[in-house]
Amino acid sequence: MVLPGSSVTLAARWQVTVELGHFALILAFLCALVQCTIPLIGTQRGWVSWMRVVAPASFAQFILTALSFAALTNAFIQSDFSVSLVATNSHSAKPLLYKLSGVWGNHEGSMLLWVLVLSLFSCLVAVFGRQLPVHLKSLTLAVQAAVSSAFFAFILFTSNPFERRFPVPFEGAGLNPLLQDPGLAFHPPFLYMGYVGLSVSFSFAVAALLRGRVDAAWARWVRPWTLASWVFLTIGIALGSWWAYYELGWGGWWFWDPVENASFMPWLFATALLHSATVTEKREALRNWTLLLAILAFSFSLLGTFLVRSGIITSVHTFASDPGRGIFILAILLVFSGGALCLYGWRGASMVPSGAFAAVSRETALIANNLLLAVAAIVVFLGTFWPLAAELIFGRTLSVGPPFFNIAVTPFLAALAAILPIGAALPWKRGAITVVLWRMRMALAASLLSGVAVLIYQSGGPVVGWLGMAIAVWLAGGVLIDFWQRVAPRRQELGVTLRRVIGLPGSEWGKALAHGGLAITIAGISAITAWETEVIRTSNPGDHYQISGQYGLRFERADTVAGPNYRAQQAEFTLLADGEPVAQLFPERRFYPASGMTTTEAAIDMGFLRDVYVVIGDPQPSGVTVKAYVKPLANWIWLGAIVMSLGGLVSLTDRRYRLAAGQRRTSFVPAQG
Amino acid sequence: MQVTPRKQLRIRLVLIAALLLVAAVSLVGYGFRDGIAYFRLPTDVINETPRPGELFRLGGLVAEGSVVHGSGGVEFEVSDEHHSIKVAFAGILPDLFAEGQGVVALGRYQTGVFTATEVLAKHDETYMPKEVADALKEQGLFKPADGL
Repeated sequence: MVLPGSSVTLAARWQVTVELGHFALILAFLCALVQCTIPLIGTQRGWVSWMRVVAPASFAQFILTALSFAALTNAFIQSDFSVSLVATNSHSAKPLLYKLSGVWGNHEGSMLLWVLVLSLFSCLVAVFGRQLPVHLKSLTLAVQAAVSSAFFAFILFTSNPFERRFPVPFEGAGLNPLLQDPGLAFHPPFLYMGYVGLSVSFSFAVAALLRGRVDAAWARWVRPWTLASWVFLTIGIALGSWWAYYELGWGGWWFWDPVENASFMPWLFATALLHSATVTEKREALRNWTLLLAILAFSFSLLGTFLVRSGIITSVHTFASDPGRGIFILAILLVFSGGALCLYGWRGASMVPSGAFAAVSRETALIANNLLLAVAAIVVFLGTFWPLAAELIFGRTLSVGPPFFNIAVTPFLAALAAILPIGAALPWKRGAITVVLWRMRMALAASLLSGVAVLIYQSGGPVVGWLGMAIAVWLAGGVLIDFWQRVAPRRQELGVTLRRVIGLPGSEWGKALAHGGLAITIAGISAITAWETEVIRTSNPGDHYQISGQYGLRFERADTVAGPNYRAQQAEFTLLADGEPVAQLFPERRFYPASGMTTTEAAIDMGFLRDVYVVIGDPQPSGVTVKAYVKPLANWIWLGAIVMSLGGLVSLTDRRYRLAAGQRRTSFVPAQG
Repeated sequence: MQVTPRKQLRIRLVLIAALLLVAAVSLVGYGFRDGIAYFRLPTDVINETPRPGELFRLGGLVAEGSVVHGSGGVEFEVSDEHHSIKVAFAGILPDLFAEGQGVVALGRYQTGVFTATEVLAKHDETYMPKEVADALKEQGLFKPADGL
């Protein structure tokens, strides 16, 4: 037996912090248990002092979890390979950013990040919810604590990140080079902020069901949390898609992969919840439906966690797989979603509906929005779980691919986008479609014109081209007209208009931006789907060929270059537009000796109107396989997502939420157009 | 008498929801025709030839010494214990494609050749396509060193 003495003493110095992190995690678990049980007894018996336990308990829980997370982060920064997790997922030669992202780039660490975000949200509810009725606040935070105790138990009993290893290895096993990327480094934190943020809406819904009261005030408390989670989810999904686009080198931006669907389903439900909570807040209608959506949105977040963490469905993105953990998460999912749904079935009916509205009204339009989003989410769910069901029931292994989702999901989302401008402009309670259509006549005309123009220009191309463009223009036109009529409902001086623009509530700005962002994304998706060109060719330096009507490639040279921790085969291409050189492109195939992995690095010439995307294969005696795409409006997909999330952020600044949070108590007259 | 309009509204809502449900069911049915790809091992393909033009996933191990690069793309053989099938692919092979490794190809089988439109290989050092691992396990061909 050879004891690696020096590294043991070196590791021993940091061992204490790791142990402290583990203890802090256990204490946080105990805090969560207290935060869950004491207030429940308190609300049952009407003991206010017991209910008030939630605030200090949630602070303590957050601080302890943060300490625990800091201890693990420290172990990664110090490259303490006595910690098993660090040894398998880190490497001393890795840049600091990726040592940090390595903390959550694995199963155990990512679950620790999950509970950290969960306890952060509980803490924020305690801070911003000072004005909440004490019953509602303590119940909400108790439910929140129940969720976090389940996940603390999951980490402590099945996925302990602080487990040590002996003998201590001298060097870590590195991190998957595919994951060494800024886009992916921040993708999980954003996604988790979104997933876990929805737990707040869930807890509010369960608390409301327990109390038997849902009113406009309740909806006003829930909506900002949903909005914040929605913003994070949107950014998280966009980052993931962007990463897949430029890092995987497959040329796609969305694969309908189970892991992608896992984040898309909660997003669809969160979007529906945002809109139905507006109806509940403004009109006290759809209360049951809002409650149900709040439960479903978080249930699908849990389902997403289950899909990703259990590795149950074959997926190109699944990096972790362990059935025992999967069953634990499945149990959490069943207890919380099943429990909440039963509670809903039992108490939901007793919530008296109110707020009558006519068949043509903003309310109806928002119901249509909700139904379309919910149906789309259910279809995504079917497609995602069908392989699993087929294997369990029929014993056949199959996969459900993009053609299914393109056929079965897209129509609902297209219909949603098509009715959006009308619904957004309809008044509450009662409206007339003809009036709205007349107001939107310019947008309608522009949409028809652009659709027909595209149809003639592309002559017989795919439907998604002209239909998608027509919908995008209709959506954008509708947003502009609606916005303009709100700030300038009649002929008026420029100064008055400007003052109205500045005085417009955050929620109106948010709505315009979010819907405008959707228009941009739809334009991008339609263009890239309909008009992308792809050329695959085995070629050699000196070759020159066209990759689209306008663009050509000249193969300059092929070389081997050395990077900091990899060797790469690199090719140089000159991109020619109408015969004139516009850019140099350097696609690579990198080999990382530390992990024995090869990665494809696409070379992308980004532009506002198109991306040119080039990847190379392994050089062979006959030449290099070169795959080149021209992708029209590619960046609009993510630009739209950025604008959408910006809309959500602006909407969060709306004054009524600050009033709801109780930070300011000035009275104001709502500025209505 | 305020119940009536609400009831009317409810009926309308149920109708709309039912309509959407019908749309969803028919779209799902239609989508399943094109969107589902069955997984087969070479032995399955030989025993029961898939109807020509059917898009399916062929999985197995890349046979040693079978990879041939030509000007029109690459050809290799996917094998299980009993049979192997020739695969033609005109694209860029995934980063982890190698002889003796697990592979899944999406494509169509006609006159003895599987023309692949997409080839997936192990995504990292420890991950083998699940169907391949399961199917090989059944055949007793699975070596734990291959991953999972």
